[in-house]
Amino acid sequence: MAIPTIVNVSGVSKRFTLNRHKSIKERLVNSAVEKKYREDFWALRDIDLDIKAGTTVGLVGHNGSGKSTLLKVVGGIIEPTSGTVERRGRMAALLELGAGFHPDLTGRENVYLNAAILGLNQREIDRYFDAIVDFSGIEDFIDTQVKFFSSGMYVRLAFAVAVHVDPDLLLVDEVLAVGDEPFQNKCVAKIAEFQKEGRTIVVVSHSAAQIELLCDRVVVMNHGEMIFDGGTEDGIRVLQGGYEAQRLHEESLRATDAVPNTRVTSVLIASDEPEDEKTVVSGSDMTVSFGYEILEKEEPLVADLTIETTQGALVYGLSTRMLNQDLPNTPGRHQVDFTFKDPALGTGKYVLRGSLETLEGEQLHQLNPASTFTVSSPSPGTGYLRMDLRTHVYSLPPL
Amino acid sequence: MPFIDVGNSGGFFGGTAKSIQEIWQHRELLGRLVRREVKARYKDSKLGIVWSLFRPLIQLLIYYFAIGKIMGAGRQVPDFAIFVFVGLTFWMLYSEIIAGGVRSIMDNAGLVKKVYRPREIFPLSSIGSALVNFAIQFGVLLVGIAILSTYALAPTLLLAPLAFLIILVFGTALALLVAALNVYLRDIQHFVEIYLLVFFWASPIVYPFTFVHRELGGNWLEQLYLANPVTIAIIGAQKALWTSGSNGAAGITQFWPSDLELRLLIVLVASVVLLWISQRVFSRLQGNFAQEL
Repeated sequence: MAIPTIVNVSGVSKRFTLNRHKSIKERLVNSAVEKKYREDFWALRDIDLDIKAGTTVGLVGHNGSGKSTLLKVVGGIIEPTSGTVERRGRMAALLELGAGFHPDLTGRENVYLNAAILGLNQREIDRYFDAIVDFSGIEDFIDTQVKFFSSGMYVRLAFAVAVHVDPDLLLVDEVLAVGDEPFQNKCVAKIAEFQKEGRTIVVVSHSAAQIELLCDRVVVMNHGEMIFDGGTEDGIRVLQGGYEAQRLHEESLRATDAVPNTRVTSVLIASDEPEDEKTVVSGSDMTVSFGYEILEKEEPLVADLTIETTQGALVYGLSTRMLNQDLPNTPGRHQVDFTFKDPALGTGKYVLRGSLETLEGEQLHQLNPASTFTVSSPSPGTGYLRMDLRTHVYSLPPL
Repeated sequence: MPFIDVGNSGGFFGGTAKSIQEIWQHRELLGRLVRREVKARYKDSKLGIVWSLFRPLIQLLIYYFAIGKIMGAGRQVPDFAIFVFVGLTFWMLYSEIIAGGVRSIMDNAGLVKKVYRPREIFPLSSIGSALVNFAIQFGVLLVGIAILSTYALAPTLLLAPLAFLIILVFGTALALLVAALNVYLRDIQHFVEIYLLVFFWASPIVYPFTFVHRELGGNWLEQLYLANPVTIAIIGAQKALWTSGSNGAAGITQFWPSDLELRLLIVLVASVVLLWISQRVFSRLQGNFAQEL
């Protein structure tokens, strides 16, 4: 039997009209020129999406790319301008924890109210009530008005209600970003449990790590269009390529244009691949070529090389000063090859930066960033580090 | 499990059944929201729901003394207190439906933006809490009549439920409309305040209809005055419950509009049609609530 489709989005577009006049007077006075003051903005353009039962789909993209709008269209909160959305089964939306909590009512009353808002009937709430209170861990305060709750208690109670709604389809929008770390772990654990039970989940998140952990399919949104739909790893790469392209662009705007006497020409992984497709297998030798050019005779030079993550965290840094390596300072083009034996980099994308300075530390020129490369690791695990591991599983004798 | 269409309000005619069905499915939630409104309003006050009695009683006292005694209107109106309280009770129901309805979507913005539920339940829940208040005041009114006056055990008593229905249906229609429009144009809520202030005096609540008739003598202005559904409903309620107005007590014959029953029925039918239209308008406008709030 084919896996049933839970959500079917076909040809959905959403237009927002930005209207600059709000009051009657302004509208009447300016009705003739109204058109001029209207601006159409397409938050979604012609989206087709088919979500099968039991999958976890991550919606990612920049701020304003339309991912939250898409989630709201699926949830029925926003009506699309054109196209249709069809959905099966009970849906619960973890869009905002505690929406609908009334500060003047007690925890108990709010649990009942909020569960009813999320679609439970009286019998179901009665059945789940103890479990909800248990999960929230605030038994002692359940008959206190929620306005006296700390924000942590508030969120815990709201989350406890939301996860007990027993949905077939769960929409999650950034809520995993709130709360302290134990709470976040609890959220993630609960979502993993939902996955095991074969429920369908749609997650909107900015955190690549979370998406990687939870999702088995990623949809990348950009300016209201779906630019990618497929496996998690590829999706994250597309997303980070996007973030990075933007960051590179911003940085290149800041860089100066004048041609200096001494300049770094390239900092690259030495291989035959084209410059933007450099890949390295973690564990095999990796050579970084540092090229520079000198027009007129320079003072003695020091070359700095760094490997950074796409988010700008330093992974590795090196200076030729540390190596006591003299560099040629005569006019002409020169190159230094750094070869790393067994680099322990984890799977992901990295950025190379290079700079030249005098012995006194005065910076002459830098290539910032110079190039990027991708590392694929034969070992399992995520992160910036490759660790070769061995597992040993065994049972303990009873106490 | 069948597919359900999401966020499609249906055609202008076909959508009504779908909306009613949706609201019916959420009746439990509606009940909870009404309870929330009633509870939250008087939470932390020692007297609680008793407060919902004080306001109309104080208003009654003010009108009784200021208009009835000082300005002397009470001399020509037997059982002036009962008369005012009948009109006031029905007017308060209407004014609470409209005033609560106009803010209902805005007050529940958090929910409207985050969860899809049929949005009609928000104005409906504020109407529900208005009905709870009405029930209390009406109970007091019935006791008051029993003590201070008598009931006219006649078919005219049936005009009271009819008047109540008109106020409820017409008020709901208007509440749905202003609730939806207020999301797009916040001026509506201020407009509604003024409207309620003005139209309180455009219905015979603190003065009897007889005065109006004496002044206008049945001309077109009087017909216009009577065309207001709230006015005609209040007159109907007074005819039913204000016994001394009907039996010519104290030697004063009150004037009642001709064909009152027929007028009430026509207004009820018109209100039902209006309710249907405003529900359709509401369902058209609700699609964009989440982005306008």
